[in-house]
Amino acid sequence: MGAHAFAVEGSGPGPAMRRRLAGFVVTLRDAGFIIGQAEAQDAARLIAGPLADRPEGLRAGLRALFASRRSDLARFDELFDAFWRARGVRSVVRIDAEALAARSPRRFQHGPSANDARLEPSQIGGARGRDDGAAEGGGRQGGASAHEALSKKDIAAFEGERERAEAAEVAERFARAMRERLTRRERARRRGRRLDLRATIRLSVAHGGEPLDLKFRRRKIKPLRLVALLDASGSMEAYVAFFTRFLHAVSQAFRESEAFLFHTRLAHVSSALKERNPARALDRLALMAAGVGGGTKIGECLTAFNRRHARRVIHSRTCVMILSDGYDTGPPEVLASAMRELRRRCKRIVWLNPLTGRRGFEPSARGMQAALPYLDLLAPAHNLESLAALEPYLARI
Amino acid sequence: MPSASIPREAIAARLAEVGYVADRDLATALWMMDALKRPLLIEGEAGVGKTEVAKALAAVHGAELIRMQCYEGLDVSSSLYEWNYQRQLLAIKAREGTGASVAEIEARIFSEDYLLERPLLSAIRRKTPPVLLVDEVDRADEEFEAFLLELLSDFQVTIPEFGVIRALTIPRVVLTSNATRELSDALRRRCLYHYLDFPDVDREAAILLARQPRLDANFAVQIARMVGLLRTEDLKKVPGVAETLDWAATLAGLGVEDLRQEPEIVHATLIALLKTRADRAAISPETTSRLVGKVA
Repeated sequence: MGAHAFAVEGSGPGPAMRRRLAGFVVTLRDAGFIIGQAEAQDAARLIAGPLADRPEGLRAGLRALFASRRSDLARFDELFDAFWRARGVRSVVRIDAEALAARSPRRFQHGPSANDARLEPSQIGGARGRDDGAAEGGGRQGGASAHEALSKKDIAAFEGERERAEAAEVAERFARAMRERLTRRERARRRGRRLDLRATIRLSVAHGGEPLDLKFRRRKIKPLRLVALLDASGSMEAYVAFFTRFLHAVSQAFRESEAFLFHTRLAHVSSALKERNPARALDRLALMAAGVGGGTKIGECLTAFNRRHARRVIHSRTCVMILSDGYDTGPPEVLASAMRELRRRCKRIVWLNPLTGRRGFEPSARGMQAALPYLDLLAPAHNLESLAALEPYLARI
Repeated sequence: MPSASIPREAIAARLAEVGYVADRDLATALWMMDALKRPLLIEGEAGVGKTEVAKALAAVHGAELIRMQCYEGLDVSSSLYEWNYQRQLLAIKAREGTGASVAEIEARIFSEDYLLERPLLSAIRRKTPPVLLVDEVDRADEEFEAFLLELLSDFQVTIPEFGVIRALTIPRVVLTSNATRELSDALRRRCLYHYLDFPDVDREAAILLARQPRLDANFAVQIARMVGLLRTEDLKKVPGVAETLDWAATLAGLGVEDLRQEPEIVHATLIALLKTRADRAAISPETTSRLVGKVA
């Protein structure tokens, strides 16, 4: 392979160029790129190599090195242009004026949150640390009793910032605890009885080749995956913020989870929820979900989900959780056929309806009626207690 | 090395020689694999030709292609090594009564003769560096991903009964992912990254011509345009490059030389591209002729 390597030493880049490169790496890191020392060193080697002869080659090379997912690509190009062009490294760097114009409003919107990003990491770390401690050491029992009163109260009736924040915190802790207990139960319940030949043979050597002690292999189990679809329409307004916090906690706690938001159209929001800081996650979510108001098209949105996402996000141990009041402004047939298709794909469909918990509730909304035959569970979700009641159900999937 | 000055063009040209039409960014990434000795992670929709990249790379370097298909539950015994248990049992039985000590037997049955190489191990034990294709790495579990990461950074393997095996040569590693699961940041950082999109019309036509040299150039462009238009339709399964090649071969086999001439045949042969019943129903003969009209 030596023949393919190129000379690094000797014709290395000048110190000025190295400094610029270091500056660029810092810029990228600020923008959220994860770049290690090894990558930065490799970048220096690239700068010294033949790729650097042309800006476009350099751009393509550094991009392959520094970008690591599709969403990085456009952002990298933007940063590359901004950084190297502004410094006037090579006048040949091509700038697509139109694309730049198209980008600028989005950048403007992102402005404030990007600032947050730089200021907050240490805070997040501290806060999370405390949280985790509470959840692990006795927090589990304490969480239940301390928030007894809150847990029975209808979420829509929560008043004031403080009460709402408290509820959100409880929801988060609950989601984490749920995840913990679910995995433990799984471990206890499912013991594989497949013979582990490798270990058995090893043990048999001591018995002169008679496999007396049998070793068994643990069966690998797929982690339970949760796919949540949250109705963010006007009629759900009182619940959306709370459920979003709940989903945020769930997606942090579950190894595999996907989240979608819908009203008149469907938005894939998993990436926003992967954001550690809940406040920033909510910000990003609001941006992603921005759309026209006016009615809920559950049927249409589910159809879109089936077509575009279901294949990828649903596997054999997937539970689809729909959080909605079932008020659909579209034709019920569309919803029914979407539900039928969803039914065929996944193991469990749970519908959480915040109205269910109200006294005298009948699932009379047309949408609810259409969906009912395809559900495994229609459960109330108007307070924290009703969410907690779900856990044993999820454990059986 | 003559290719050092314009590496991308040289790589692209060599890929073209083996029938793979690469865009410039991919050529850059492939060149960097060698320059930086890093694995390349390729993401993209199913059917864009991710696996083909590894095959072409192997052909360019005249190297062997070792392919490892990932799946859920893939573990060390099916990816790295396994002991040949039947032979081991036999060997133990055969030495019964010969007075051989446990230590002797153990040393014997845990020697290389009884070791079965699986793809990852054989990839690092070749005398000439092969191309290792780790296909659909997102399907494997996270544990396996972590193990793979370790292997890709150290290029050595510890077998408890045997010792440490160091790589004789560093293979060129290509990983592909369909993004069914989010890969870890550590693996992503370790790898070079390339997102492979469906080829544009020119490149797809070039691919057609590279693979089916007897195809008329204009006809190839027509086919590429037609498939490009189909991809913008609302389909459940978007046709990939392999499907385009199939379709072109079908049309050529039926003696079609212009899409406009034979609307019925064109519509009937779309089964080479549309692989679900719903998609088949979605593209009616009218839709087909509308699309053909746009193509010409």
